Amino acid sequence: MSVLLDISHIDMEFPTPKGPFTALRDVDLKIAQGEFVSLIGHSGCGKSTVLNVVAGLYQATRGGVILNGKEVTEPGPERAVVFQNHSLLPWLTAYQNVELAVKQVFGSSKSRAEMRDWIEHNLDLVHMSHAMHKRPGEISGGMKQRVGIARALSMQPKVLLMDEPFGALDALTRAHMQDSLMEIQAELNNTVIMITHDVDEAVLLSDRIVMMTNGPAATIGEILSVDLERPRHRLELADDPLYNQYRAKVLKFLHERHSKPDVPARKALPDKADTPVTSKPEVQEETVDNAA
Amino acid sequence: MNTTSVNTGKFYGFRLPQLDSGLVRGFIRLVALPLVGILAFLLLWSVTAQNIDTSLGKFPGPSAVLEQFDALYGEHQRSREKEQAFYERQEARNAKRVAEDPGYEPKIRAYTGKETFIDQIVTSLITVMSGFLLAVLIAIPLGIAVGLSKTLNSAVNPIIQIFKPVSPLAWLPLVTMVVSALYTTPDPIVAKSFLNSMITVTLCCLWPMVINTAVGVAGIDNDLVNVSKVLRLPALRHVQKIVLPASVPMIFTGMRLSLGVAWMVLIAAEMLAQNPGLGKFVWDEFQNGSSDSLARIMAAVLVIGFIGFLLDRGMLALQKLVSWDNTATQ
Ligand SMILES: Nc1ncnc2c1ncn2[C@@H]1O[C@H](COP(=O)(O)OP(=O)(O)OP(=O)(O)O)[C@@H](O)[C@H]1O
Ligand SMILES: [Mg+2]
Repeated sequence: MSVLLDISHIDMEFPTPKGPFTALRDVDLKIAQGEFVSLIGHSGCGKSTVLNVVAGLYQATRGGVILNGKEVTEPGPERAVVFQNHSLLPWLTAYQNVELAVKQVFGSSKSRAEMRDWIEHNLDLVHMSHAMHKRPGEISGGMKQRVGIARALSMQPKVLLMDEPFGALDALTRAHMQDSLMEIQAELNNTVIMITHDVDEAVLLSDRIVMMTNGPAATIGEILSVDLERPRHRLELADDPLYNQYRAKVLKFLHERHSKPDVPARKALPDKADTPVTSKPEVQEETVDNAA
Repeated sequence: MNTTSVNTGKFYGFRLPQLDSGLVRGFIRLVALPLVGILAFLLLWSVTAQNIDTSLGKFPGPSAVLEQFDALYGEHQRSREKEQAFYERQEARNAKRVAEDPGYEPKIRAYTGKETFIDQIVTSLITVMSGFLLAVLIAIPLGIAVGLSKTLNSAVNPIIQIFKPVSPLAWLPLVTMVVSALYTTPDPIVAKSFLNSMITVTLCCLWPMVINTAVGVAGIDNDLVNVSKVLRLPALRHVQKIVLPASVPMIFTGMRLSLGVAWMVLIAAEMLAQNPGLGKFVWDEFQNGSSDSLARIMAAVLVIGFIGFLLDRGMLALQKLVSWDNTATQ
């Protein structure tokens, strides 16, 4: 497993009027090319913060993010972000929104005709060709989210970062979008980090589920490898005992954290300088026995 | 309301009559009621006018004002004829002198008749638009810069806050003195009085536009800024593609606001400084004190109001044309 993205022992402190607030402490994660990783955890624990650090929108106070051997210091199109609330430019049509990204990324390498084909191809991928000349105000929430995904995909990112991409959608649209995303990922073999609150979504889509402890000073609690065959079908999986075991594991983790939200996930953290990074008692690679 | 009436219409199978009643209601709301309002106003006006005696005679009622509209237009036409005749005479005279003496350089003198009511309207309109456009050219880039940079905002904000509440009329004497001191070309393109009025209008438009633009720019959705960052848009493209369109609604709100105030201020400035324009017309008529004066001033008042209304509608139409959201209403 060759590491594409190395989130290396990051701490994140936010300056606040009441002194620095430690949102993340020692978050450490290595992600391989083509891997689909979900971040799950209670609200406010710091999932978006992790994503923003990887995106380069925040600079970690300690540690760093290494993509393909190079440290990430600023945002860039090779780490495209699908924002929680789609973030389309409301004055541009779906086509123009994707065009803005494509022109910026491929303006010098693709001809006009190639760019047009590429924009249309990406909108087609998310099944938005029929409404590509509509503005965000004229399309539904699910459609907006799809355009947001098309825009991110059109940048041909090394890593696709998605912050609760389907959070605002109804169950049916959400299921559609999850299926589309699985199709697209199977086709393009993208490396994806996705934040979600939805346990089913996490198990269905992910190769690994990263469960985060509650903040402040949140970190990675457990990592669950999901070894289900791809392509995955939600209906078949519903009766799959393995699938249900994964689900139960994540649910249990979340429930345990929820029942004692006031207890810091890690108490009395020793000074990091002399902590060997390899020995992190809380972080264990959880795997479910396939024979179960 | 309309949808419910159409729905019940469908339900009972009486679509046509229902739709008709909708049309009728629309007619009443958009045509009949305003008409009633205007008629009531005219009635009230004429009754009140008859009961007010001034040193210049009775206060003018609607009919007297209408008469003066006619008279003012007549004066304008007569003045135009005179002007044309003047230029024809001058041309003929020059042609004759050139024929007598081929070395003669013909002198062209401009016609210097008194400005008519319509000339004054045109002057005021040109003045307000020039002052307004100058303000747009200064205020929008400044507003964008202030909105984008917190540092600049902190630096500029106190100045804006102090100058904003100043009536532009207070600037007028200063503007007049500065213009006469600095604008001393022997062959001026525009009159000093025009510059004075125009700069006063600019000063009055500047602050609301700067403030609104800055607020609009500073209030851009952080996610949109993040989109721009992820795309690594260069600064200029960021302004062009994200900042400017995002703040268009606020910019236009500021523009509409200031154009309305500018028009009011301009008339006052023209009265105060005796600069050509509708304000001067009003002032001249007041000083003139003939029996028609009040009716003429009233005519001017109506025209000022109507033009102000048209300017606002024009801005609104422009706002609707360029804005992507639905803030452009009424
Ligand atoms: N810019 C900031 N300044 C100060 N504190 C911040 C900032 N951004 C986030 N935080 C704090 O960091 C913590 C983690 O926030 P974050 O947005 O990452 O949570 P999250 O896990 O994404 O939550 P949610 O699931 O509700 O989106 C929160 O306590 C939040 O208040
Ligand atoms: Mg979040």
